[in-house]
Amino acid sequence: MSKVRVLVGTKKGAFVLESDGKREKWDVSGPHFAGWEMYHVKGSPVDPNRLYASQTSGWFGQVIQRSDDGGKTWQPVGNKFAYDGVTGTHMWYDGTPHPWEFKRVWHLEPSLTDPDTVYAGVEDAALFRSTDGGMNWVELSGLRTHGTGSQWQPGAGGMGLHTILLDPLNSQRIYIAISAAGAFRSDDGGETWRPINRGLRSEHMPDPDAPVGHCVHRIALHGSRPDVLFMQKHWDVMRSDDAGDSWHEVSGNLPTDFGFVIDVHAHEPETIYVVPIKSDSEHFPIDGQLRVYRSRTGGNEWEPLTKGLPQSNCYVNVLRDAMAIDSLDSCGVYFGTTGGQVYASADAGDNWAPIVHDLPAVYSVEVQTLQ
Amino acid sequence: MIRVLLPQHLRTLARVTGEVQVEVEDRVTVSSLLDAIETKYPALRGTMRDQTTRQRRPFVRFFACEEDLSYGSADEPLPEAVASGAELFLVVGAIAGG
Repeated sequence: MSKVRVLVGTKKGAFVLESDGKREKWDVSGPHFAGWEMYHVKGSPVDPNRLYASQTSGWFGQVIQRSDDGGKTWQPVGNKFAYDGVTGTHMWYDGTPHPWEFKRVWHLEPSLTDPDTVYAGVEDAALFRSTDGGMNWVELSGLRTHGTGSQWQPGAGGMGLHTILLDPLNSQRIYIAISAAGAFRSDDGGETWRPINRGLRSEHMPDPDAPVGHCVHRIALHGSRPDVLFMQKHWDVMRSDDAGDSWHEVSGNLPTDFGFVIDVHAHEPETIYVVPIKSDSEHFPIDGQLRVYRSRTGGNEWEPLTKGLPQSNCYVNVLRDAMAIDSLDSCGVYFGTTGGQVYASADAGDNWAPIVHDLPAVYSVEVQTLQ
Repeated sequence: MIRVLLPQHLRTLARVTGEVQVEVEDRVTVSSLLDAIETKYPALRGTMRDQTTRQRRPFVRFFACEEDLSYGSADEPLPEAVASGAELFLVVGAIAGG
């Protein structure tokens, strides 16, 4: 009998939600690390009992936690994130140079092949890797030093590296995204990097087509076609069919193309999901109606999914790491809100129900499909 | 033995209750005391001071003998009452009031 385990990071702790394959009844454990901001919790695809969690605090800094038993127990591992070499400067909000300063880990991405290898995307933007289960971290500094770093600028939420995608068909290829620098790709396992932002257009920039500076919110891919990328940018939903070498807009008939999350159906590579948010000034759904939009055509043609979601007086946000998809048949879709709800659909988005509805603000949602 | 009271979040992280006691071989300073705490409780590395710069975290304070010892040099000797264990050394997280 299959099971699913949903890993939820919130503003005040982490929660583990488990159900059988029907995904109707849920066991909830937590809060783990109560009172701490849990930016991200994610499991190894190789060893589902191996979980990594980013625990952070404005008072006490960054802690990385690891579980080897599926979240029942945890142990703190290494938390020293030292930039490699001379850090130099990036651009501050006012355009002046500002030294790189480590603040927190936004995203943890376990390796597709080795449970002891895990990548960390951090603020100020950089990519780190551990090959010993999180005990020691080494910066892949070719990203920060490839040449455009001095032009990177933080978004309103900080200059975080929030998206790490590992290509399942090419172990040397890694995609990352940074707010507000854009998307970048390595084809040599993280040693060297280049921007992949051609086709992005951001009107808030002096040069809307500049090679870097775009506020990419999230990128997603389907494992069977990793050259096809889907992006939720600050404004605009974008698509690339050439591993990010070029992008074109697929916002189509969305009621607004602002948003944070984007994800891909587990079995249909052309079926994608977004949660439109009214605007960058008003971080909540249009007209108080929480709607997931699904495209079965890889973008442009979108349908609203509303059954079971609040359709009045709903003014929550869905943050960039707060959507996940399981691999059961039919696949489950999950997302969490800043209002503390985690919604689940066991039928690919047709029908929704809250698993929990009174957690602290949800920062991240991940799901593991367990046999 | 030097007696130290950690804030709740750090007690949880270190898996201790109540005050902790550590021994410092050489001069008792903020720096050598934090070294001893971090050696005994490795999970606390980086939580009271930056691991690279060794600068105190801005929202962490060190109190003892009714004095705020946060602003002096971390290499200054701590009061004898702290070194002898007569007085607690308090690690305090700034209150999030409002």
